[in-house]
Amino acid sequence: MSARPETACPPPEAEILEVIEVHKSLEGPLLPILHALQEVFGHVPDAAQPLIAEALNITTAEVHGVVSFYHDFRRAPAGQRVLRICRAEACQSVGANALSEAVLAKLGLEWGDTTPDGAITVEPVYCLGLCACGPAAMIDGQVVGRVDAARIDALLAQARA
Amino acid sequence: MKIWVPLDSAAKALGADAVAAAIAREAATRGIEVEIVRNGSRGMIWLEPLVEIDRGRGREGFGPVTPADVSALLDGTLDSLGLVEDLPFFARQTRLTFARCGVIDPLRLSDYETYGGLVGLRRAIAMGEAAIVEEVKASGLRGRGGAGFPTGIKWDTVRKAEGDRKYIVCNADEGDSGTFADRMIMEGDPFSLIEGMAIAALGVGASKGFVYLRSEYPDAIRVMNDAVSIAREADILGPDVLGSGQAFDIEVRVGAGAYVCGEETSLLNSLEGRRGVVRAKPPLPAIEGLFGMPTVVNNVISLATVPVIFEKGAQHYADFGLGRSRGTIPIQIAGNVQFGGLFETAFGLTLAEIVQGIGGGTSSGRPVKAVQVGGPLGAYFAPDQFDTPFGYEEFDGAGGLIGHAGVVVFDDGIDMLSMARFAMEFCAIESCGKCTPCRIGAVRGVETIDRIAEGDAAAIPLLTDLCETMKDGSLCALGGFTPYPVLSALTRFPDDFARQKEAAE
Repeated sequence: MSARPETACPPPEAEILEVIEVHKSLEGPLLPILHALQEVFGHVPDAAQPLIAEALNITTAEVHGVVSFYHDFRRAPAGQRVLRICRAEACQSVGANALSEAVLAKLGLEWGDTTPDGAITVEPVYCLGLCACGPAAMIDGQVVGRVDAARIDALLAQARA
Repeated sequence: MKIWVPLDSAAKALGADAVAAAIAREAATRGIEVEIVRNGSRGMIWLEPLVEIDRGRGREGFGPVTPADVSALLDGTLDSLGLVEDLPFFARQTRLTFARCGVIDPLRLSDYETYGGLVGLRRAIAMGEAAIVEEVKASGLRGRGGAGFPTGIKWDTVRKAEGDRKYIVCNADEGDSGTFADRMIMEGDPFSLIEGMAIAALGVGASKGFVYLRSEYPDAIRVMNDAVSIAREADILGPDVLGSGQAFDIEVRVGAGAYVCGEETSLLNSLEGRRGVVRAKPPLPAIEGLFGMPTVVNNVISLATVPVIFEKGAQHYADFGLGRSRGTIPIQIAGNVQFGGLFETAFGLTLAEIVQGIGGGTSSGRPVKAVQVGGPLGAYFAPDQFDTPFGYEEFDGAGGLIGHAGVVVFDDGIDMLSMARFAMEFCAIESCGKCTPCRIGAVRGVETIDRIAEGDAAAIPLLTDLCETMKDGSLCALGGFTPYPVLSALTRFPDDFARQKEAAE
């Protein structure tokens, strides 16, 4: 495995095919395959699209259509850590807008951007189900409630450490 | 000594994992034997992490607990809230669907059975298809996802439909802001959902079930997957459900961040591996659903309520409620509110009782300005409408909807024009693109509200007109209901839309 060249190179076809094979026989296998590819590679490599199409006997256009429809699927890797801040109404009622504006301004980012050092990507999320303890956020898979700018700073400092 | 520390994601978001770790560490240092149970949440989110200890007098509550409190907690010197079930917020509830949530270890099947679990499924097995469906009809249960369609009638349609195979699909794509009941029950009592789906399968003759669970809920995904494995090992799922002779199995499928997939037909497309685009109805999913087969699509709470209906009988359930809204509803009190959380009660409380009486008003201490009920597609209510009783028809009559029963409270710092703009913006972001009123209308809606914000009063009738078009012409509730928050904001809070033109003009 250590023979894998630089990360900039597209992942080898064999690895992609391996992931496809595991999920291929499920009923409606496309979303599970895309999730699994993203889990392995951190994104859904474009190179995977024709391979999936071939394996599932659908067109590459259909695969592309699905990849591009869902907010979750990335065609390029995100930063090392992904910070998602809830923008939905319940969090807005307790100051989520001011919070996200402050965080984005401090990092010099727009929604969806990644810091130049590749450390942090900031994305909006519409509800984490933490509506009675907002503003809510998620760092990678970890949820945080009642966050303020200072708490986010601390979490981001950890992320960059 | 037994100590309960919730694993619910709201509790985790407020530090429950660190508290559990601190308790384990401190107990080890002291050399005392402690069993830490990771339970679901009791739903009193302002007290999370709510730690419970049973010292022989019942389960005493402590909260919110921080790791720094742990030493005092084990010394017995930390201030106690008293018995958890005596706390007014909890004692006032009627917990049927959520009876076990927060009480048991969510993944211990023996706990589940001790508290009435599987009684309903065993009874259903002895009843047979037609009687199962009749029982659900008699309970008066209506779809808790928001549409309020009678669950028994939906099941009956699927039961009578012809198909090589039939499916039970659980809609766990709980994307509405202000709602977290689905998440709480899946994290806190997942077997109730599995049991409900199994009863549905026996009732309609389905062999396969899917739980379509949103990716924003990683903790619920983990618990549900574990629960499905445990249920399989115990033969609750598999080739012979509890010796009934019928096969039924469940797969948990993860969504991919599309709000519109909470709409049942786009959810089905997503499960099939397509873009989550809405399908025109008819055909109804009950006739031609997943992979073209007859399919029950029910919300998590509808399905998780089925076991208690079979355990206690349809009449017991139907005896609660108001008018045609029978049984209980888990109201989720959220946003800028003092006592936020999940409050399960019979239909019929007024909005004032919910917001002021139970929720205690805003957490900021400022006056309540507006309450949004039913998620991003629900109407905003002004305080002069707070006498509206909580029921499907009652809310419809007041120009709103109860949706998934989320209640989001806003104080007087909120600007209703920007909330209306957000509703349109959200619709534009999440539109599946299939129908024009939603796809184009939402974008024009944002632009029109921006004109109003700049002082162009002539844009107000334009916005009203656009909303009418979206309401009448959209294929599903996303485009069709976005006018609810927009128009309710406009008509009930007109001052926020009366902007002055810039003086320089």
